[in-house]
Amino acid sequence: MKNYVIIGNGTAAVGCIEGIRSIDRDGKITVISSERHPVYCRPLISYYLEGKTDIERIKYRPENFYMENGCEVIYGKSAVKIDNGKKVILLNDESKIFYDELCIATGSDPFIPDFDGIESVGDKYSFMTLDDALAIEKAVSKNSKVLIIGAGLIGLKCAEGLRDRVESITVCDLADRVLSSILDSDCAQIMQRHLERCGISFMLGDSAAKFRGNTALMKSGKQVDFDILVLAVGVKANISLLKDIGGMCGRGIIVDDHMRTSVSGIYAAGDCTECTDISCGESKVIAILPNAYMQGKCAGINMAGAQEAYDKAIPMNSIGFFGLHAMTAGSYFGPEQNGEIYEEKSEDKIKRLFTKDGLLTGFILIGNTDKAGIYTNMVRNRIPLSEVDYERLKKSPDFVSFGAEYRKKKFGSVV
Amino acid sequence: MKRIFVNEKWCIGCHLCEYNCAFANSGIKDMVKALKGKNIYPRVHVEGDDKITYAVSCRHCTDPICVRSCISGALYIKDGTVCIDHDKCVGCLTCILVCPYGAVSQDENGAVQKCELCLKNSAGAPACALGCPNGAIVYEER
Repeated sequence: MKNYVIIGNGTAAVGCIEGIRSIDRDGKITVISSERHPVYCRPLISYYLEGKTDIERIKYRPENFYMENGCEVIYGKSAVKIDNGKKVILLNDESKIFYDELCIATGSDPFIPDFDGIESVGDKYSFMTLDDALAIEKAVSKNSKVLIIGAGLIGLKCAEGLRDRVESITVCDLADRVLSSILDSDCAQIMQRHLERCGISFMLGDSAAKFRGNTALMKSGKQVDFDILVLAVGVKANISLLKDIGGMCGRGIIVDDHMRTSVSGIYAAGDCTECTDISCGESKVIAILPNAYMQGKCAGINMAGAQEAYDKAIPMNSIGFFGLHAMTAGSYFGPEQNGEIYEEKSEDKIKRLFTKDGLLTGFILIGNTDKAGIYTNMVRNRIPLSEVDYERLKKSPDFVSFGAEYRKKKFGSVV
Repeated sequence: MKRIFVNEKWCIGCHLCEYNCAFANSGIKDMVKALKGKNIYPRVHVEGDDKITYAVSCRHCTDPICVRSCISGALYIKDGTVCIDHDKCVGCLTCILVCPYGAVSQDENGAVQKCELCLKNSAGAPACALGCPNGAIVYEER
């Protein structure tokens, strides 16, 4: 009987458990969870603040999930060291756990720059965990002025979640636009205007230089007084367990398409890893939930001795703010990189499709996001534009453009 | 398990499947009251051009990417049917971002809806197939 250990208890861990159990019903699975909660939907912590979910519904899997899958979960402890020779993990209470197959699914932690005077700030928070959300919920009141450092996905979702609970929200970011990791500047402008109409204030191209108590002195020389500070500058993958034993790491733990790390017997999955983004061919950290689940499941299947590859990773996001949805996927190549852009644009809607070398490599949709998955499928599966009627498809995501054979296969049989 | 299959050769583009779907999922007993004068939000939609039409609804994939991608744990598989727990769904629309068939949509309130083979409503079997006048939509084992 195999002895499986998973370090981490997030989405990738669930994928890994379900992957193992799809092959091996009997092996022992131990999950090491530094957080004291059963697995929950991490991206939903902003929806919790907004009142769209609660402590019960935020659970990613039903109450009996671990029992049904024969898992032992060790809560409140973390792994500090792996001895890959003896195949043993040392925990922070000095206990040891032996493994035959190990998956590192340690996710990421907030990256907090070394701001001058940050220690003088009373109420400061990150926004990564359920405990962060619960602490912020306790700290805020109708009179709170909130300053959020970082206009990325985490910072802006936090702003949305908090808007109706506080007096004011200001978001600053060194970048000159919101959501700079997923939107180009025209698209970011549409979203920023909408967020401003919904009551969020921005200071872009500007960030805190130092803190003096509950005052931020900005790089521009401006001052911002606040009651609550949220630090959402960025995240860093938790790679140290593997890096410390000489495993290959970039910004994340490097994995192959079987989720194997460079160290024999050790797999990794989720936000702590770096893998090939097939929309551009580069190795990068793709810290999104679907990727975590699919990598975890792939790792689990391989750990249990079967063969499974996951080689379709692309960045993709569906993110809405106050009713306006944006969907993005893949890589954006402009004309300067030999790409072509198809665009439809109106006041608060935009569609941009990016093509290069006969493939759809990425897209940005804001406003009308219906049937976006048809485009995502083109990107993920690298379907050549020559196999579809792209002139029609770019205007209308439907299956007329795919031809009768394709439709017969997809709508006339089990897929 | 039984699934929905489409034979576009027999589809006349009448859109009856859309009306039958909206009615079956309305919870209202009278079809006129359920549909007349209202915008309908069916879980099946007819696509096509001037030459060909066909109905598209959830394929109930054997390894559904919507379920794997769901960030709220609201999408799940029950006996092969891809179902949604509306209580858990927060409307992030990740399922719409990933469904390769464009078969997941939003209802009148913006909440996510999808074909659940009429197993949760009073029709008991897919109303689109039951009401298709030409056998262009069938519900069977393949």
